[in-house]
Amino acid sequence: MADALAGAAALPGAAAPAAHASLRGVTRVYPGAAPVHALGPIDLDLARGEFFSVVGPSGCGKSTLIDVQAGLAAPSAGEVMFEGKPVAGKVPDGIGVVFQEDASFPWLTVTDNIAFGLRRAGVDPAEVRRRVEYAIGFMGLRDFARAYPVQLSGGMRQRVCIARTLVLQPRLILLDEPFGALDQQTRLLMGDELLRLWRETRATVLLITHALDEAAMLSDRVGAMSARPGRFVDLLKTGWPRERDSSLVAEAGFGAITARLWSHLRAESLKAMGGAPP
Amino acid sequence: MSATLVRPARRRSLALDQLLIVLALLVCWQGAYAYAGSSAITSPFATVAYAISMLEQGWFWSNVGATALAFVSSLAIASLLGVLAGLGLGLWRFAGDVTEPVLAALYTIPKVTLYPLILLLFGLGLSAKVAFGVIHGVIPVTLFTLAAVKGLPPVLLRSARAMRLSPRQTLLHVLAPAVLPEIFTGLRVGFSLTLLGVLIGEMFASQKGMGFLILNGINLHNVKLTTAVVLIVVVTAILANAGLLAADKRLRRQR
Repeated sequence: MADALAGAAALPGAAAPAAHASLRGVTRVYPGAAPVHALGPIDLDLARGEFFSVVGPSGCGKSTLIDVQAGLAAPSAGEVMFEGKPVAGKVPDGIGVVFQEDASFPWLTVTDNIAFGLRRAGVDPAEVRRRVEYAIGFMGLRDFARAYPVQLSGGMRQRVCIARTLVLQPRLILLDEPFGALDQQTRLLMGDELLRLWRETRATVLLITHALDEAAMLSDRVGAMSARPGRFVDLLKTGWPRERDSSLVAEAGFGAITARLWSHLRAESLKAMGGAPP
Repeated sequence: MSATLVRPARRRSLALDQLLIVLALLVCWQGAYAYAGSSAITSPFATVAYAISMLEQGWFWSNVGATALAFVSSLAIASLLGVLAGLGLGLWRFAGDVTEPVLAALYTIPKVTLYPLILLLFGLGLSAKVAFGVIHGVIPVTLFTLAAVKGLPPVLLRSARAMRLSPRQTLLHVLAPAVLPEIFTGLRVGFSLTLLGVLIGEMFASQKGMGFLILNGINLHNVKLTTAVVLIVVVTAILANAGLLAADKRLRRQR
C-alpha cells in the first residue's frame, strides 16, 4: 500500500547521476522604483531523495528561493533545473509545494480538499479514492474526513494541505515554513510525520524553516543563509541515519549542529535587524 | 458559525423571541390605530381581512404582475452588471482601487433626486421603473463583489498554480467558489434595494404596480387599500429576505 504515495519509485531513469534539482547562479531582484535584491546569487544541488533544509534570518529571501525552484517566480538571473529540464514560467509536473499560510479550500471537506488536485488532473476516480484514502490514513485525518477546514485546528489544516500535495505524488516536495504558525509541540510531532512521509515517498525534500532545531533534526543537509540578499554562508551535513525522529534532540551531535547554525545566524540576524554583531 | 452548532434549546428560544417581536409590532400597530384613528391607518384585523379579499381581485394581481416584471428585470440587470463590474474591478486591482471610493461616494447620493432625470431619459412606464431599481441595486452588488475578489487570500491562487491548474480551472474551481458567499450577500442586499427603487419609481410616475396602489390609496384617501398593500409588500419582502438569509448562512456554513 505504501506505493500509493511513492512517486519517486515509479520514475524511469531514477539512477541518473545528475542532481535532482538545482539552482545555478540564481538571483531574484524585485523591480520597481527602488529595486529590492532579495536573493542570491545562489548555487544549490539537491541529490535525489535528499532532505535539505534552509535556515536564515527573516526577510533573507528563503520563500523566494522556494518560489523560484517551484517555477512560481522566475529568477532575475541564473538557471533553475528539475530532473534535467529547465524550470520556466510554470510549475513542472513532479513538484509539490506546501505553503506557510493555510491554503485549504474552506468550501470543501477534508476529503474533497485532498482529492482536489487529482480531480483537476483528470485522474481516474477509483485511483483518486485509493490515494485519498491512503493519505487520510497516513496523515491521521480519518476522524475528520467529512469535516470542513473551519472545524479543524491550524495543525490539522496544515496536514490537509500536506496530504493534498502528497496525493499528487511529487518527486520534489517544497515546504515553505509549513509549521511556522504552529506551537512548539505540534511542530515537533509534525516534524516526525514529515520524516515518515519523506522515507515512505522517497521524494526529495526542500524545507524552509526559521527553527534551528527543526532543521537540525529533520535534515540530511542544512544550508544557512545570510541576511538579504540571501546567500548560503554554510552548508552542513548532519550525518543522521535515514531512520530518525524527534528523539534526536537528545543526541550530543544535535547540540553541536544547532550551535554551529546559530553561530552563523546570530550575526546574520543582527544584520537583518539593522544592528552589528558585538 | 453555523446553524448545526446552535443547540435545539437555543433555537426554540430564538423562535420565541421572533414571535415576541411580531407580537410587539402588532401591539404598536394597534396602538397607532387607537391614536390616529381610521383616517390614517386601519386596524391589524381589518387590514388582514381586506388584504385577503384583495387576493381574489383581478386588478390586484395585474398590479402585482407589473411590479414583479419591473422588479425581476431590475434585479437581473443590477446583478449581472454588478457582478461583472465587481469581478472586473477586483481582478484589475488598479481600477478597483480608483473606483471603489467613487462608487461608495456615489452610493450616498439620495437617488430619488435623480428620478426626474431618469423620467426624462426613459419616459413614463416600465423602463423608468427598471432603471430606477437598477440604480439602487447595482452599486452594492458591485462593491460586495469587488470586496470578495480583493479579499481572496493570494495563497489560494498560488496553490492553484502549484497544482498546475489551467486558468479556466482556477476560475471555475478556486476563484468562483471562494468569492461566491460574499457575492451572494451582495445580491441579497441588492435584492432589497432594487425592490425599494422599483416601488419608489412606481409611486411617482406610474399607472400600475404596488407603489402606484399605495400612492393611489393615499391620494383617494383609501386608507384600507394603502395599509393592506403596505402589509403585503412588507410581508413578501421579509419572507424573501429570510429565505435569502437562510441560503446565505448555508453558503457560509463552511467558513
